[in-house]
Amino acid sequence: MADQIADLKRIAIVPALNEEETVGRVIDEIRTFDPGFDIVVVDDGSTDRTAGVAADRGAHVLRLPFNLGIGGAMQTGYRFAFEHGYDIAVQIDGDGQHDPGQLPAILGPVLSGEADLCVGSRFAGESAYRSSFLRRVGIRIFAAVVSAVVRQKVTDTTSGFRAVNRKGIALFAADYPHDYPEVEATVMCVKHKLRLREVPVGMRERGGGSSSITAVRSVYYMTKVLLAIFVGLFRRYAVPVEEEHR
Amino acid sequence: MTPLPVSIAAAVASFLLLVVVFELIRSRRLRERYALLWLLTGVVLLALSLWRDGLNTIAGWFGVETYPPAILGAIGALFILVVLLHYSTVISRLSDQNTILAQRLALLEQQVREQN
Repeated sequence: MADQIADLKRIAIVPALNEEETVGRVIDEIRTFDPGFDIVVVDDGSTDRTAGVAADRGAHVLRLPFNLGIGGAMQTGYRFAFEHGYDIAVQIDGDGQHDPGQLPAILGPVLSGEADLCVGSRFAGESAYRSSFLRRVGIRIFAAVVSAVVRQKVTDTTSGFRAVNRKGIALFAADYPHDYPEVEATVMCVKHKLRLREVPVGMRERGGGSSSITAVRSVYYMTKVLLAIFVGLFRRYAVPVEEEHR
Repeated sequence: MTPLPVSIAAAVASFLLLVVVFELIRSRRLRERYALLWLLTGVVLLALSLWRDGLNTIAGWFGVETYPPAILGAIGALFILVVLLHYSTVISRLSDQNTILAQRLALLEQQVREQN
């Protein structure tokens, strides 16, 4: 894989909201895995030293003037990747739950040309992932709905540990879902005829900060995402043209 | 009991509301996030127009004996109030963000001018 990847312009997009304790380590670990990765940290309106820590390590830092939510933050990263001509982008959370040591797993299918979007799934293989009962129910519902809509087995729709090629970068730069985007982004990709693959990965406990999804918000989250998927069924999708977007 | 024509008119109106909201989302003129309250309004009004016994019962709770559809109007008005209040908070947030954007832009422009 090393030869294959060396010619490609590649970037890691790290969304972070108040992750000063972990974002530095995430940057270091990405560099340890592959020093050729450029890193862009999208600071989604943090009130701590997240942006400073990232800039000190020499990462590109996009500092949003106020909190846009994870969807708006990720798309900022994809716009950066698109406009600077990157071939490959990976998404790695700034909270440390994604292990950059597992990047070969999610990069593999994209580098070999088997997939345009590859998602690291906590549930595709043997997994020690633990979570609350309600959360597991939500995850099951999403998995069932998304699998039915994309006509392909999907086990982990909410995973934010992903890799995309230039096609995926172009699509996400032009159009990315709002609020909690992962589930919709997965569906959107397949609707735009991009090829989706899931690979099993392990994830770590969050290093700091807290999940952006609290118990109170989860009902809104589920309803909103299911509504978006449902309405999306009635939209027509164009296959994206790689260089047309500005 | 609610007169049948009133029930039919109310059901048709709330169904139309649902269709319009759906089409606005589909054509991407309305974000899902701001559509949820409208959809809830439409669903509740549609349910109460079709379920005529239910509307009667609810009217009974509030001592409305003569004309149950009044409750339909009251519930509709209540939902509209909630939607408006929600929008007021949304507008407040937007104007705060707008202020921040204008300030950032002014600072940036000043930086760019001084560099040249």
